[in-house]
Amino acid sequence: MSLLDVRNVTLKFGGVIAVNNVSFSVEEGEVFALVGPNGAGKSTLFNLISRFYDPVEGEILFNGESLLKHPSHDIAKLGIARTFQNIELFEQATVLQNLLVGRHRFRKSNMLTELLFTPFVRNQERENRAAVEHVIDFLDLHAYRDKFIAGLPYGVRKVVEMGRALALEPKLLLLDEPASGLSVEETRDVAFWIEDIKNQMGVTVLMVEHDMHLVSAVSDRVLALADGKVLTVGTPQEVQSHPAVIEAYIGVDDEVAA
Amino acid sequence: MRILFKTSYDYDIRMFKHWYQARWYILLLVLAVAAPWLLGTFMVGEVTNVLIWALAGMGLMILVGQTGQASLGHAAFLAVGCYSNVILQERLGLPFILTFPLSGLIAGLAGVALAIPTTRLHGIYLAIATLAVSIMVEDLIVLAEPLTGGVSGLFAPDIEIFGLTINRYVDPELFYWLTLAIVVIVLYLYRNLLRSPLGRAFAAVRDSEISAQAMGVNVARTKAKAFGLSTAITGLAGALMGHFAGIFTHETFNILISIQMLLMIVVGGLGFIHGAFFGAVIIAFLPQALAIARDWVGTALGTGSVIVPGLENAVFGVILVLFILFEPMGIYGRWLKVRTYFELFPFYRRDMFRRQKSYLKTERMR
Amino acid sequence: MGRPREKWEERVLDVLQLVVSGLANGCIYGLIALGFVLIYKATEAVNFAQGDMMMFGAFVTLGLTNSNYVGLSFWIAVPIAIAIMGVLGYLLDLVVIRRMFGQSQVAVVILTIALGFIFRFAAGTIWGHEPQSLETPYAGMDVRFEGLVLGLDEVAVIAATIVLTLGFYFYFNNTRLGVAMQAASQNQLAAYYMGIPVKRVQSLVWALAGMMATVAGILYASKGSIDPTAGLLGIKAFAAAVIGGMGSLPGALLGGIVVGIMEPFAARYIAAGYSQIAPYLLLFLVLVFRPHGILAQVHRKKV
Repeated sequence: MSLLDVRNVTLKFGGVIAVNNVSFSVEEGEVFALVGPNGAGKSTLFNLISRFYDPVEGEILFNGESLLKHPSHDIAKLGIARTFQNIELFEQATVLQNLLVGRHRFRKSNMLTELLFTPFVRNQERENRAAVEHVIDFLDLHAYRDKFIAGLPYGVRKVVEMGRALALEPKLLLLDEPASGLSVEETRDVAFWIEDIKNQMGVTVLMVEHDMHLVSAVSDRVLALADGKVLTVGTPQEVQSHPAVIEAYIGVDDEVAA
Repeated sequence: MRILFKTSYDYDIRMFKHWYQARWYILLLVLAVAAPWLLGTFMVGEVTNVLIWALAGMGLMILVGQTGQASLGHAAFLAVGCYSNVILQERLGLPFILTFPLSGLIAGLAGVALAIPTTRLHGIYLAIATLAVSIMVEDLIVLAEPLTGGVSGLFAPDIEIFGLTINRYVDPELFYWLTLAIVVIVLYLYRNLLRSPLGRAFAAVRDSEISAQAMGVNVARTKAKAFGLSTAITGLAGALMGHFAGIFTHETFNILISIQMLLMIVVGGLGFIHGAFFGAVIIAFLPQALAIARDWVGTALGTGSVIVPGLENAVFGVILVLFILFEPMGIYGRWLKVRTYFELFPFYRRDMFRRQKSYLKTERMR
Repeated sequence: MGRPREKWEERVLDVLQLVVSGLANGCIYGLIALGFVLIYKATEAVNFAQGDMMMFGAFVTLGLTNSNYVGLSFWIAVPIAIAIMGVLGYLLDLVVIRRMFGQSQVAVVILTIALGFIFRFAAGTIWGHEPQSLETPYAGMDVRFEGLVLGLDEVAVIAATIVLTLGFYFYFNNTRLGVAMQAASQNQLAAYYMGIPVKRVQSLVWALAGMMATVAGILYASKGSIDPTAGLLGIKAFAAAVIGGMGSLPGALLGGIVVGIMEPFAARYIAAGYSQIAPYLLLFLVLVFRPHGILAQVHRKKV
């Protein structure tokens, strides 16, 4: 059984078919990339998995369980974390607070015990903090722990958002363009982190990315989309040399096609 | 400049950053408790008024400052708290010690009841919906005359706690201490909220609903909780306000009070508990300050004291405009800057608190 | 045979009377709401002081034309007042609102509420707090039509609204500045790239809103009396704007008329006390069930 199973999913906005009968499955422990030109429906697929949209048709299974039964705030509890294309952090909070929100799914206290801040809540906070510190160590965010997001540079925000998703201790991590807008050095860091997330943390990664270097460096399998339809699935090399992909997406790009 | 070496996570979980900071607040508390001996009867009454407004402000702050949900209708919940407290005492003969928490509970449930249908509304739309509710509640109070006394209003009875009678005019000190105790308790709960997961969930909903959702925060339920807590505290303030004023009508809680409450916490500093207190000081003392200024001007010009209707609101409006333009973080924000200046002297930089300019976020896309 | 027919006719006339007076009120709400929507569309700011600007504009006219003040002819006073309020609106944006760029909508709301306080104070200080009525050439005249008696003031309101609406329609679709305003309201950045001076256009929108408010104020004050708290009428107009859909100019007018017509009927057929809740109840219900008004223009945020 695959970890994530997307079956014949279709989504329409008005008359436009954003996702057209897409099926794919992500196996546990792999890095799976979605590539395709703008408007191919990659982010829309993420939003479908996050349950921000309801598909017109099809089924999405996670660990064999249908996601469509769950409202979007349950998705995190099932162990799926995500980042956003345009960074959606909690701007008026510190990095630490942002990461701690990622721990929300482990909350066992309730409003009453929290208002009284019982020893149980205190212990829970210590545990949350310890878990978050692991993420801070992993992503080297020490210098920014108590900084407000609103004052941080773009590259750091990108990392913080990844950290927030990791603080959730997900089984499946959805990364929406993790390297967009980053410098070459920063992109290389991201590549290392994705490797480590897969190998050390044992987290399965599903990502949308335009940077083909990053995609071929880290992904085990790649799915190419165009106009909401699946073109092909395979290893990065297979996909890059697939004629339909070259035509739809890479065809004009000499460097990658070569 | 102080350097704090943190050796355990508890440093960040504690209520005060360090002993030094705690000392100031303990000193403040001691002064507050001793206030009746230090101040005259008139001033004790004024400080009580400040505390009640601060309590109401804290209630609204949880919703607006912490959760980012603007409300222009909180006077309605002052009214709910105030009326239910007095009606429960008068009609059912319950003692204050029961009716007071019950009034908070009722106001809180009313808040949750409002939050459920309005959960999809954002920003100004929510503000307008709450505004409409505030206006409707004002009218409903008049209509529910058998219960609320209609336009002639209700009298608040003396408070009785275990045989101890408290009338705000006869024993202003006792009433002051009672208010202070309630404020301190709410303050404690509020601080706890800020350092616990629910407080962070509030902030998450405030800053990005969509990613709060992706982090597993149930946005609708979190908003309902914020509304409930907020209106419960406001309801408690309303109950105290009733006893403080002695008599109240629907006019006591009109739409302008709702607006004033929101303006108060903005001037004080949105998002900070201190802001509720600073704002309350402005609201409570502005009329006095203006009266003094008027007398002074009158004497200086030899015209005697002139009464200028609407002056309070206008001055308040000017203060608010200046704050929003030049110090959006309110009085507390200004205080933070001044303090940092002295703490870091001479290393303070002007852009230390500068926030990145954000682009216009269109509200048409939600 | 005669009596029941007369009764029936009486009822029709009665209803018509209610419709016309509601329509007249509704047009005023609609005109104020139009000002709201104009500013909201162009700048995404919500001007809670629109009602107070209406009040202020009425007082400026009143100060110019009433015999106990300057005593100008009504037809001279009106354009002067409109011009004054236009300049005031422009300056308001230039000096205050423009600095709010990039801040949250709620901050702007609070700011304009505060500005409303200042308007109210200024009007009270200059013209006093007593209700006054505007001396118009058509005061007290009425139009008779088959047994239907209509105040000329009410007819004037409806006529002026129709003329203004047509004027606006022409303005937004056919003039350079109108089209620029539309463009700036739909996409600020794109409009800026196309060489539209977005900031100045926004100030002009505020000027236009100030002028609209004055027209509404004149019509309102000619129908009855006006005092510095009349600006609170803005809340009802605001309800109208929301009911119609904040982003839609026809919606604003429609919302105004809905609220305006609802009021006299509610007052007639619902128990006193409950009737004044009606517009707010409608507002609340619209917000809950159609959060962005009857003519919605909101899309989900893309992530």
